[in-house]
Amino acid sequence: MNSTDKKAIREKIRTFILASIHVPDLMDDDNLFESGIVNSLFAVQLMTFIERTFGIEVGTEDLDIANFKSIEASAGFVLRKKTQPAAA
Amino acid sequence: MRFSTIGVIGAGTIGIGVVTDLVLHGLNAVVVDISDAALSKAETEILKNIRFAPMFSKTLPRVTREDALRRITFSRDLRNLTACEMIIENVPERWEIKRPIYEQLDASIPPGVCFGANTSCLSITRIAAVTRRAAQVIGMHLMNPVHLKPTVEVIRGFHTSDATVAQLQVLLEHLHKQAIIVGDLPGFVSNRISHVFINEAAFVLQDQVSTAENIDQIFKQCFGHKMGPLETADLIGLDTVANSLDVLYESFHDPKYRCCPLLRKLVEAGHLGRKTGRGFHTYPEA
Repeated sequence: MNSTDKKAIREKIRTFILASIHVPDLMDDDNLFESGIVNSLFAVQLMTFIERTFGIEVGTEDLDIANFKSIEASAGFVLRKKTQPAAA
Repeated sequence: MRFSTIGVIGAGTIGIGVVTDLVLHGLNAVVVDISDAALSKAETEILKNIRFAPMFSKTLPRVTREDALRRITFSRDLRNLTACEMIIENVPERWEIKRPIYEQLDASIPPGVCFGANTSCLSITRIAAVTRRAAQVIGMHLMNPVHLKPTVEVIRGFHTSDATVAQLQVLLEHLHKQAIIVGDLPGFVSNRISHVFINEAAFVLQDQVSTAENIDQIFKQCFGHKMGPLETADLIGLDTVANSLDVLYESFHDPKYRCCPLLRKLVEAGHLGRKTGRGFHTYPEA
């Protein structure tokens, strides 16, 4: 995994978010939850999208809002999960 | 009274939320719907809600898929509800759908079991009148997402007894919810006010005064609302909003409740809001 991968992940997540949320100047670090841009219903949609698109599973240990609080955080989470060795 | 198993009728958006909430609080649920497809979708959504719930509320437990499924019975037969200690009904807001369900429930559920009518508009007194247990029928207007909303608008019908109010409060306390008890006229407090607001937002859009995005932004940015009126309508479901407006219009015969033609057209086009991916706004498929 390199910076190109992360950029591609970021763009996929950004496209998904912008298809639903009308914030044209959304920055990678903008906190989606604190700013009220998204609510809990959208967060569930986002996590489901991330699981399906990147072939990873959000485990109970991953249920921390910090993992999905921004485009950057979500992309970082995807990268970590994809490089993590599979659980035995 | 201690509750262990609650009957839930209707596996739509709110029914799914009710079952999610019951299971997250250690109760069993028997879910009845006429559609196998709705029950199958409900199972997927309930499990998803339960899985992600701890992220949004630290007080909600982590429940495994297996434990959740052990607590839920999915059925198409109202007779499977006979062992339930309370029934929560969540079918669409249409009298011709609600009425036969209450007639059948009254005939098949043991006397003494309370019926919680989950409605945002229909008169609880009218619903109670088709049963022989009017004192044990109470209204409960649950909000979406049910498991994350701490307050319920509870409606006392003309004949609803103190014991029934007390029993529902025990259940709501178990679910860590607070009841705000109101009187019984169609729309109660919340929808009688909110639906006029939502409907007028639809008229403003129809009259091309502004875009859907800007209408919602004005209420979020200027008034500090968490959601704008059109987003709220999409969340409720535009068919439900239109049905509720029709009930208000028929009940009060007041033109202020007439459903906006644009709202009606979106419903007829199958754009029902979040649940179909498009309403006043569009939603990506998750």
